[in-house]
Amino acid sequence: MTMHAIRAYTVETRTRASTIALVVAVLIIAVAIVLPAFASRRLVQELFFILTMLTLAQFWNLLAGYGGLVSIGQQAFVGIGAYALFGSVILGAVDPLTAILIGGVAALVLAVPFAFFAFRLNGAYFAIGTWVLAEVVRLSVAQWRAVGGGTGTSLPREATDAIPFVGAIATLFDVRDPAARDILAYWLALALAVAAIGGIYWLLRTKRGLALAAIRDNSEAARSVGVDAAPIKWFVFLAAAFGTGLTGALIYLQKARISPDAAFSVNDWTAYVIFIVVIGGIGTIEGPIIGVIVFFLLQSMLAQYGTWYLIALGTIGIVVMLFAPRGIWGLISDRTGLQLFPIRRRLVVGDAFKQQSASREE
Amino acid sequence: MNWLDTIVQGVLLGGLYALFAAGLSLVFGIMRLVNLAHGDLIVLAAYLILVIVSVLGISPFLAVTIALPLMFASGYVLQRVVLNRVLGEDILPPLLVTFGISVVLQNTMQEAFSADTRRLPPGDIGTASLQVAGLNIGVMPLLTFASAVLVIVVLNQIFYRTALGRAFRATSDDATTASLMGIRPSRIFAQATGIALMIVTIAALYLGMRANFDPSIGPARLIYAFEAVIIGGLGSLWGTLAGGVIIGVAQTVGAAINPEWQILAGHVAFLLVLLVKPRGLFPRAVD
Repeated sequence: MTMHAIRAYTVETRTRASTIALVVAVLIIAVAIVLPAFASRRLVQELFFILTMLTLAQFWNLLAGYGGLVSIGQQAFVGIGAYALFGSVILGAVDPLTAILIGGVAALVLAVPFAFFAFRLNGAYFAIGTWVLAEVVRLSVAQWRAVGGGTGTSLPREATDAIPFVGAIATLFDVRDPAARDILAYWLALALAVAAIGGIYWLLRTKRGLALAAIRDNSEAARSVGVDAAPIKWFVFLAAAFGTGLTGALIYLQKARISPDAAFSVNDWTAYVIFIVVIGGIGTIEGPIIGVIVFFLLQSMLAQYGTWYLIALGTIGIVVMLFAPRGIWGLISDRTGLQLFPIRRRLVVGDAFKQQSASREE
Repeated sequence: MNWLDTIVQGVLLGGLYALFAAGLSLVFGIMRLVNLAHGDLIVLAAYLILVIVSVLGISPFLAVTIALPLMFASGYVLQRVVLNRVLGEDILPPLLVTFGISVVLQNTMQEAFSADTRRLPPGDIGTASLQVAGLNIGVMPLLTFASAVLVIVVLNQIFYRTALGRAFRATSDDATTASLMGIRPSRIFAQATGIALMIVTIAALYLGMRANFDPSIGPARLIYAFEAVIIGGLGSLWGTLAGGVIIGVAQTVGAAINPEWQILAGHVAFLLVLLVKPRGLFPRAVD
């Protein structure tokens, strides 16, 4: 702030809470990086699962919460990313880490015709339209015999053995190869989650993010001040598809076994994600983080009851939507005014006027 | 292979899809609500009929007369207690709430009835067929199609000949002005959802008698219904029937070429219509 002291006013998004949050986030990430040194393999796997769900939730939230694009077809991008990984590893003998990138690119390429059709439908119909398109992708991929058709296939031993860095990790932590693969997958999931949150936060603070919020809040008013909705919606949809595809490829690299029904599952990759975002708080970056924690706690308590778990999750989702539509984080931030990832631009008065303005600021 | 036969089967199958779609179309037309639990409600109605059939030992055709008022009541309550709260400018709450209902219904049915496939006993009529111009036409598909036509005729009569229909149209056009004229939109919406669930029950009767069902098949029925509505064009019930027929014919023709292509062919037909006529073949409403 001192940098701008000469000017009387500056536009800021940073708050004291967000500065503290940044420091805490850096600390958490640092701990998360060294965690495999002392964590059990089970914990590493569970954290991998949490991180990938968090990434999927952030991208879905970008679409629905910020872009107003309620997609029930994101499983198409998880599945195509995963299948692109399997296809390029099995048929093209690509190394599995490069194949994750291919998974993201495949999702991006698929997203172009996908969006072309889906954007012809408005609002609520867009939602079911994406679902139909995802079904089309699933049924088409199930015809792809080289990767097992409808029954699916596994990653060959030679491919999983050839993953770069696994040997080094195994030596470093003195673990066997499968555990080292889990650690590598966990690190990649961590990097992807951090990049997703950081990237989305950055996007929302740019001019494009401002335009996005304007369209969501009032599309006519946004258009009247010269915001063109179409390119921004395309951009958001493609970005979410790319991120979702990368995550899908990573999830299935860790699973090492794929089938169309699992990789294109609407429950696993879209329903859970929607509930995570809704329960945590849609339209905020903090929401999916809270949501994924609630999701994981519920799962550890109820997973043994199978269907009851989904009934509970669905019921909580409905109740939250009816009575607290902005989710748990909405309740917290309404009470406390807390914003860990502030995107609202505030006018900050320079040092000379600091004293008077202090009372007016929150 | 007899192409004429394949196409006739497809047209008759379209009647079933039109039955799936009519309720969805009705609710959307009146309150702009897309009910993502629509398919699961069809499956729920099928289980309800099954329970009545097994408890009372009567034919499904009789059981449906008991199920109809029950489903009307469920629809009325569902709309009054839950869905009316989420109607509004923002499309997100109704979508997410009905999606939640879909997941809860599916898993509750799985818990209550297990994942085993079931079927409604169709009796002799299930295997009966007619010989028409050298074609073998099943009585059951014919009955389904006739019911679809009847449902659409009755719905159109309600819409354009009764006070309730006038209230439906008025509320659909402008709920605020309608309420100034003494109409209560919340009750009109509840009645509309009640009627939609009665159509759902009729659809469930034929779904259950023609093929096996289990708690997980709801979303696929929602998708067929949705495709039929979009192909037909919003606001046109006869268009919805045409949409159902197009999906039905595409599926039977696809299946005749390669059994694995049945479902895919229906979706491809939908995408083609979306490509050529994004507003459907017979659009009436502007949305």
